[in-house]
Order: sequence, then structure tokens, then C-alpha cells
Amino acid sequence: MAPLTLKINNKDYTIEADPKMPLLWAIRDVVGLTGTKYGCGIAQCGACTVHLEGNPVRSCSIPVSAVANKNITTIEGLSEDNSHVVQQAWIAEQVPQCGYCQSGQIMAATALLKKNANPTDKDIDNAMQGHICRCGTYPRIRKAIKTASHMMTQKASTK
Amino acid sequence: MKLTSLSGAALTLGFYFPATAKEAAFLKGDVAENLGIDLNAWIAIDTSGKVTIINHRAEMGQGAYQAVPQIIAEELEVDMNSINIVFGVGNEKKYGSQITGGSSTVRGSYKHLGRMGASAREMLTEAAAAKWKVSKNECYAENGFIIHKPSGKKANYGELVLEASKLEPPKTVTLKRPEDYKILRKPLPRQDTPLKTNGKAEFGLDKKLPGMLYAVVERSPRFIGKVKSFDDTETKKVPGVKHVFATKTGVFASTREGVAVVADTLWAAMQGRKALKVTWDDEGFEHHSTEQLYAKMNEDLKTKEGISFRTKGNAIAALAKATKKVEATYETPYESHSCMEPLNCIADVKEDSCEVWGPIQAPGWVQDNLIQVLGLPREKITVHMTFLGGGFGRKAFTDYTQEAAVISKEIKAPVQVVWTREDDTLIGPFRPGMVYQIAAGLNDGGISGFNYKMAGQDMDHQWPNANRESYNGSTTEGFLEPYFNSIPHYSFADIPLDSPIPVMWWRSVYASTNGFAYESFMDELAVAAGKDPLDFRRQHLGEERYQIVINKLEEITNWKSRKKNEGYGVAITECFSSIVGEVVKVSKGADGKVKLDKVWAVMDCGWYVNPDIIRAQVEGSIVMALGAATKHETHFKEGKALEANFNTYKMPRITDTPEIEVHIIDNEEKAGGVGEPGLPPFSPALTNAIFDLTGKRIRKLPFNLEQV
Repeated sequence: MAPLTLKINNKDYTIEADPKMPLLWAIRDVVGLTGTKYGCGIAQCGACTVHLEGNPVRSCSIPVSAVANKNITTIEGLSEDNSHVVQQAWIAEQVPQCGYCQSGQIMAATALLKKNANPTDKDIDNAMQGHICRCGTYPRIRKAIKTASHMMTQKASTK
Repeated sequence: MKLTSLSGAALTLGFYFPATAKEAAFLKGDVAENLGIDLNAWIAIDTSGKVTIINHRAEMGQGAYQAVPQIIAEELEVDMNSINIVFGVGNEKKYGSQITGGSSTVRGSYKHLGRMGASAREMLTEAAAAKWKVSKNECYAENGFIIHKPSGKKANYGELVLEASKLEPPKTVTLKRPEDYKILRKPLPRQDTPLKTNGKAEFGLDKKLPGMLYAVVERSPRFIGKVKSFDDTETKKVPGVKHVFATKTGVFASTREGVAVVADTLWAAMQGRKALKVTWDDEGFEHHSTEQLYAKMNEDLKTKEGISFRTKGNAIAALAKATKKVEATYETPYESHSCMEPLNCIADVKEDSCEVWGPIQAPGWVQDNLIQVLGLPREKITVHMTFLGGGFGRKAFTDYTQEAAVISKEIKAPVQVVWTREDDTLIGPFRPGMVYQIAAGLNDGGISGFNYKMAGQDMDHQWPNANRESYNGSTTEGFLEPYFNSIPHYSFADIPLDSPIPVMWWRSVYASTNGFAYESFMDELAVAAGKDPLDFRRQHLGEERYQIVINKLEEITNWKSRKKNEGYGVAITECFSSIVGEVVKVSKGADGKVKLDKVWAVMDCGWYVNPDIIRAQVEGSIVMALGAATKHETHFKEGKALEANFNTYKMPRITDTPEIEVHIIDNEEKAGGVGEPGLPPFSPALTNAIFDLTGKRIRKLPFNLEQV
């Protein structure tokens, strides 16, 4: 097990791990950031979603050796204090119920809005349909993405 | 709750008296536990004025973490944004029932929680009055302060708590009237929301203890099969694997066997298990397949009378005399709970004590079970609830907690047992699939006789020493009460199905499948009677509360002016003391396929805490019902469950979700449940809408909406 360096939320972590181990377990169990969740292990549910160089990926299905020295952002890296616009929108629309899937949902929504600040319903469908919520918060997820988009527009227009 | 962990003198107030006890004097003070009476405390206040309120129930998304404190905070007069909220440990002597199920948290304890808040407020008021040497009647509580109205003198709770703690709690308290509520009935934002948007909320799977090992278990795929042998040669070669041994877990009256792989990391345990070879002895019991199960249930319905649950008059004779007869059979599937957080539990079993952490719906039951299994007394078994990533009834069962404790005891170390998604989806227990046969007669457009039989597994027959001759107590769960008055002759019976497949509560329990049968059939009767479905229900549901729900549905959906080229279906059910009516609208898309456009829901849950939580629960119930109606089913083949993960057990997604509009009825009725009652009406409302649009009657769930 050769040591490798993971760059998570702008911090370097040098870890020893089976190179085949999914990034998810490195994040949760080796580095100790438990905001990223295990939901299915086969990239079907999205609970494990993190950003790799800014793009949403399923950390349950990426071996840790493939992401050494690449920039990884987890839910903890969005802000220190829930100040990220997507987090603010999620709170304004009271999206979470049990909350377990929400880290992944937020990471996907954040990536969507970064690429497309005014997503249509179809854009939202495409970006978010890979994410499962058993509590059924989908209507509020859709609303929160639109709210975040408005907040971003407002912020931009006050600059 | 340990008082010693709070700064300064802490006031612990309020003791829960079980429902059977009289409204006796409240006792107080932290000596309470020495008195040995059933005691409880929900409120602690330190000398700086920081208030801590206990949430004694599980938080699985349904909002107890917000609702319990919101009730107390209203009476206590504190700002929800300024308080600490902590989970109570398992201690039913202190808190009363902590079983978080049956949508019972608010309806089971709201008045009592209000009294806890009011009692504390009164004592603080009395302390202030004594301090200022004024009359208590001149003082009032507001937002963490006691204020003397004439002089304007004020003191915060922190300044008063020490003296208040020396006072006798009031023998009776008067709760606020709804018109005086400041925070109740308001859609306050939930206090757990910010923890769930930044990864900080700690779920069972997130919790780590120093020195903790990890275990995964290869469990009996046919539920009650035995471990014949296992070969752990390759498993033990995996770095990090520490122990491999056979396990046994009590599941109802059966034993679930397995082989545990324990390692110093979860990844190592999973790798170790992949290399494990287990041979199973599955002799001596039935290996059922879905086809067999449903063939048996259908056969039973045709040939057996069933165990009678409730009757009036003579339904068979009434049917024979009816001018019109309608008969139908409905089929509903077995389901997995599929919480997003798969099962997991931490246990740290020592020589004479045990501590458990996990996503647990019923900490008292966990204690009950471990008393038996470990032979330890209750006070030595500490059960901590974490946040739950979904529960839906699965996490009220004590199998996975027991398994963790047994493994910890074996390895003499703290251990977290983690179920993979495959384990969670395959091993059950499951929601039982039920088949219904209903026949009714119509005379002059009204129901003259109603004969209902249901076939399927009775959960209660699984317990040790269960009476398998007894009826299913949930036979009429979901059916609206006034029908029992308006239908002159009826018979409700069930034919229990015997199978090794373990079954249990799944959101709204038997109402989830009963509702489909009852309300689909009611629609078929309305059609046969040539009546509008809402009018047909009006005719048979005389009680005002139901008329109000019907009228509201008619109003919000513009029912009377609904378009002919759209399909509208209605269903109204009740469970856990709440009535929910739903209307589904479908239409034909440009591609000719049926599309699900909108769902309206009317919730009458009587007294309530937070309307936004109610709306969220109904929205979520509808999505979950949509899954069971159109997306997923657990099939069995030769005794094993088939669907192992979300690639085959397909969950509803954001793209499947229609617009949902929820209305809440305001009335003076007692509180009813909120977490589950929104689920049962959805599937019949959907299939009724599809009938309205296409003339096609769907009587089997799940069905593929794309292929209607």
C-alpha cells in the first residue's frame, strides 16, 4: 500500500490505502469527512457525489488511486457556515427531511448551477435524475435549485 | 440526560406520568431519580439562560427533532433559534414511550409536552415573583424572560433557574389557547435543516468510536436457513481482517444465521467477506416464489371464508338481493423499505454494561431485547439514537441492534456492523404483498352489502407464541369510519398466508395496501352506480369532518369543471387518526402516453404543530406511494429475494414526480398522525384517474405507467 495524496477541500491528506478502495471510503473512514454518504455502492443513488476538478462524480465507483493529487471537493468544502448560495436556498426552501441523500443532491445542484446559472426544468431533470431521495423531497429540490438561481442573479446584479 | 454536563445549576423539570397514572403532582429536582418513580425531564436551563430541550423520539425525516421542542418552546416562551436540542437516550421510565412509529410522536404526547413547558414557565414565574416580592399574577413570561408588568422589571431564565428549582411544580397548568399561539401552527424552519445541508448531521453510519472495529455479515439468503459450513481461508488473508465467526440473530420466532467478518476498516471487512465461502442448509422449510405466493393467496380467496374481523348483518344475503353487484380482486406487491441509509449499528458490550449507537426508531425495544440477549439489567444498557437516514418502520425492529451487540460481545470490542445496500434490500423483513377480493351490492345507487376478504401474511403471526388463529388486527386499516355506519351489511375477514419470508411495518403498514383495494373498489362502485366519485362518497360519508374533506377536494381541484380529456381520480383513507383525501390528475402526452400531472392532497390531522412539516410529509408519502405503485417490487424466487440494489429495485426519481399541492384542514379535533397517512390514498387515486382518462381499470400493483 504505497502512500498517496488526496487533495480534499484545498487540504492535502497523505494516506495509506488499498489503491482499489473507492474514494468514498477514503473520504469517510481514512480522512474522516462523513458528510459524503454511502447509499448503494454502484453509482445508482448519488449519495456519494463529490466534485472532482469541479465536476460531480460518484465517489463509490472511483478507486482512490485514480484521484491522487486531483482537486476533490466534498460537502464540507462548500462553505464553513452554510453560506454557499445552494445551501442557503436549501434552507430557505426547507428541502431536507431525513437529510441522508442531501449532501449528494447539493453537490450535484452546485455543479449544475456553476455550469448553468438559469437551468430549465429539463436541465434540472438531467442533472438531478441520478439522485435518489426516499423521503421524496424532489419537489423542494427543484424549487431550491430555482431559488438558488434567483439568489445568484440577485447577487450578480447588486455587484 | 446528565445534569453534570451543564454549566451552573441546572433545573430539571417535569416528569412523565404514563397514560395510566393520574394527573398527580409533578416532582422536581435532580434528586428525582432517587425517588424511584417513573420520572422524566425535557427541559434544562443553565444559569446563563441557555435552554436545552430534549427530543425523546427518533428523527428520521418526519420532524420530531423540530416538533417536540416546538411544542415545549411555545409554552416555555423561548425562541427556537436560541435553544439546544438533544436526543434523549433510551429511557422509557423518564420519557414514556419512545417507539417512533404509527405516526404517534405528536398525537401521543402533545398535551403532556405542552404541560412540561408550561410547568417550567410557571415555576420560573413564581421564582421571579418571590425575588421581586410581587404577586405572581403581575408577572408573565416572554421570550426567555419573566417580566413584571407594572414595573417593567425583567429577569432572564438563567437568573431565576436556581431559585425556581427549589419550588414545587404546579399541580395543574393551563395550556395556551390556539388563538394565543406564537410559534405553534407556524411553519418555522426546522432546527435540523442546517445540519443536513453541510454534512454535519451525524447518522448512525457516521458515528465512530475509538478502537471500534467494523463488521459485515453474510446472512442467510433464505432467511431461516442454517450455516452448514464456511471457508474463511481467503478471508483471513485480507489485511485488516481480525475475526470470522458464525452468528445467530432472533427475527420474530425464527433465527437468522450468518457469518460475520470483522476487520479494522469497513473496506477490509467488505473485501474479506467477498472472499468468504458459506454453504447453507436450507432444508426443512418452503422456498416460495412470487408466482406461488400469489397463486396461493388468490386460491385462498376463492376457497376460504377467512378469519372474521368485523361483521354487521348478513353481507352474503345482502349481495344476493342487490340489484347490481360489483366484484374485483386487487394485488399489491412485497416491498423493501430502502431507507437511503442502510442498516447499521454500533455496540460496545463490556462485562457488565452495553452501549449502543445507531439509527434507531425504538430505543426502549432495543433495551428490552438486549436485556434478554445479554442478560444485563436495563440500567446497564444505554441506547443512543443518532439521526436516521430514513426509517419507515424498518429501524424499529431490533434484529440489527441485537446482531451488533452479539458480535461486540464475541470480539470483546466496540464494533460497527454495516449492512451493504444488497444486504439491506435482500434480507428483509419486507412489507407483505396482499391480495384482496371485494364484492358489494348496490340498491338504488347506495351500497347495500360489502364483503371484503384479504389474503396475505399477518405480521403478528410471526412473534413467538403467536396465536395463528387470530384475525389480522389491521384488516380495516385505512377504511373510512363512516362507511361502517352507512353500509347496512358488511363482512371483513382475512386469510393469513404462512411463509418463511419475514414481514413487518412499512410506512402506513396495512393501510398502504388496504387503501389501494378499498378506494379502487369504491371508485368501481361509484362507476357502477352511475355516480360522480365525490358525490358517491358524500352519500356514504355523512359525518361532517369527512364532508369537509370532500368539499375541500372539490374546491381545490375545480372538480366540477374538470376537463373530459383529462383523467381525475379521488381516494380518501384514514389511518393513525388522520383523514387524507387525494386527487390525482393524469393526461395524455403528445406521445400518447399517460402522464402524471398533479396531485392535490387534503390533510385533516386535527391539532398540529408545523404546517410546513405536514406538507413535506404528505409530499414525501406521495412519492413513496408512487414508487410502490409504478416502480418497484421485491420478487422472490425459490425462497430468496431477487432485487438487490437500485438497478433492479427502481426508485422514483425527480423526473417521476408530479406537482403536489397540500392543504391542511384547521379544526379543533385532537391531533392525528402526519408521517404516514398521506401514503395510502395515492395509488388508488392514480389508478382511478387512469380509469377516468382511458377506461382501463388497473387492479395490480406495480404497473408500468409508460405502458398504460
